Amino acid sequence: MNRINKKLKEDKKLLSIYFTAGYPNINDTVSIIQDLEKNGIDMIEIGLPFSDPLADGPTIQASSTQALKNGMTSEVLFNQLKDIRQSVQIPLIIMGYFNPMFQYGVEAFCKKCQEIGIDGLIIPDLPVDVYHEKYQAIFEKYGLINVFLITPQTSDERIRYIDSISNGFIYMVSSASTTGAKVGFGEEQTKYFERIGNMNLNNPQIIGFGISNNQTFTQATQYAKGAIIGSAFVKHVTNQGINTLDKFVNSVLNND
Amino acid sequence: MNYNVNEKGYYGEFGGAYIPEMLYPNVEELRQNYLKVMAEPEFQKEFDQLLKDYVGRPSPLYFAKRLSEKYNTKIYLKREDLNHTGAHKINNTIGQILMAKRLGKHRIIAETGAGQHGVATATVCALMGLECIVYMGEIDIARQAPNVARMKMLGATVVPALSGSRTLKDATNEAIRDWINNPVNTHYIIGSAIGPHPYPDMVTKFQSVISEEIKWQLKEHEGRENPDYVVACIGGGSNAAGTYYHYLHEDDVNIIAVEAAGLGVDSGESAATSVLGKEGIIHGCKTLLMQTNDGQITEPYSISAGLDYPGVGPMHAHLCKTGRAEFMAITDDDAMKAGLKLCELEGIIPAIESSHALAIFEQKTFKPDDIVVMSLSGRGDKDLNTYINYFNL
Repeated sequence: MNRINKKLKEDKKLLSIYFTAGYPNINDTVSIIQDLEKNGIDMIEIGLPFSDPLADGPTIQASSTQALKNGMTSEVLFNQLKDIRQSVQIPLIIMGYFNPMFQYGVEAFCKKCQEIGIDGLIIPDLPVDVYHEKYQAIFEKYGLINVFLITPQTSDERIRYIDSISNGFIYMVSSASTTGAKVGFGEEQTKYFERIGNMNLNNPQIIGFGISNNQTFTQATQYAKGAIIGSAFVKHVTNQGINTLDKFVNSVLNND
Repeated sequence: MNYNVNEKGYYGEFGGAYIPEMLYPNVEELRQNYLKVMAEPEFQKEFDQLLKDYVGRPSPLYFAKRLSEKYNTKIYLKREDLNHTGAHKINNTIGQILMAKRLGKHRIIAETGAGQHGVATATVCALMGLECIVYMGEIDIARQAPNVARMKMLGATVVPALSGSRTLKDATNEAIRDWINNPVNTHYIIGSAIGPHPYPDMVTKFQSVISEEIKWQLKEHEGRENPDYVVACIGGGSNAAGTYYHYLHEDDVNIIAVEAAGLGVDSGESAATSVLGKEGIIHGCKTLLMQTNDGQITEPYSISAGLDYPGVGPMHAHLCKTGRAEFMAITDDDAMKAGLKLCELEGIIPAIESSHALAIFEQKTFKPDDIVVMSLSGRGDKDLNTYINYFNL
């Protein structure tokens, strides 16, 4: 069974962290992953940087630009991760835009992911229908779970369709925004969380966008299996470097 | 061979809608409605009326006698430079502002490079009384000050794009991010034949008035609708798309697309996407794209801000790949000289974008009885500073 599916079966609320690979320094990737696992993170999204990240706000844009300047590429990332499964057990997901994967060759990319022990991919600009028609068979051949996003504007009909194509979890974007644009949830969000909760979807949901601390993590996981923190973590790394990740994780999980 | 978009939004293998889920409802709403709205008699009437009374269409098809004599062929110029706001861009913004109103949107966003599309968008927003926000790269804001002032006079808010290279590509990213953050009340007026389906097709159809007019105008001049060649410059490719549209399936009409070679196709400072680009995804569509081997989008270069784009519309990528269109690349120097030549021979100061198209006569020989129709996409007022610096005027 894929590590993601196994993790989703655990009787606990999950905290997933996104970070940009190659940031702040090109060789920080592996130590960030190891450190996050050691501190109790359940799942990690490794951001493959892109020159034109359309769905991201200033924080992740800036980290991507710096990572590319540092020399990060698909090939460099795969090399950094080649022995990762000797030390890390939690699910690892690569999150990135489609063009770098497309240039690498979708099948070659997926094959490499399987060799390394990557469990899934999140590709915000690969549409569900294109995935379904052209790439689903390849992803499945290499045992990869593709994770799709839904937003408050996504219709019930489309959510059902996405649910039917998914085989891991659904990434529930908390509000119509780019990453890091809004913090916290209002009534509009909780209504949306409840609406999705009541749909009894086949795939569990994990909420992302707008989660930055214990309060928002607790709030989000009242309605979903877990939550994802991206921009707030990248900001922490920008401000405090990579030696105090424990402080960040503890503040989210334990409110201290 | 079909050169139009298919029902899935593709031109051959190019096109589609590679967008984050956050944009899906907006783009889908547009996709479901654009053809229906455009077919409404009331919409058509309003569009045609505005093109006539406000834009000043039809734009003349002018037989350039002295230019023709110099190159020993028959050259007609389609005078899009005489449109209100000085370029073909307004054809599309008129269409899209009417579309936005039909869809109940009251907030308009746009991207702009040199500022021509920004001015054309600000203009129609003023005309309709709608809020207008234009994203423009910080570097372009500095080098296109008169157009920034025009947009402000027209009531638009100009927001600097501070990310990446701070030019057109980044302004487009910022506009898309704005749309993600404002999914309900906002319409995004894309200025070129790029973006996720249905944009390339919608923009092409609004610009197709150019070739629609060429057909009957050429018939008046020459007794035939079809020239031997239609020629246009290409950045994203909206004026080219409009110039070719009604000729795409006329086999006796040759199509020439003129890209910006910058300092030379192999110089590393170029925008000749058909030569330097590979298949990839930019701003929501699959097309030819200048990029690194790792799939990072690279920075193009051209002296002309309107051609300074790392991609090309998906329709043009298809025309290139199928060989339907002949692609030529013109350097900064050759374009500037051709622009000055048009001033001297015909008394017309062209936009530097259009000058690229004019420069092909130095490179390609046409027969004396060939009829060549060239789109003069814009006038050169906006480029005066560049001309002054280049020629030490």
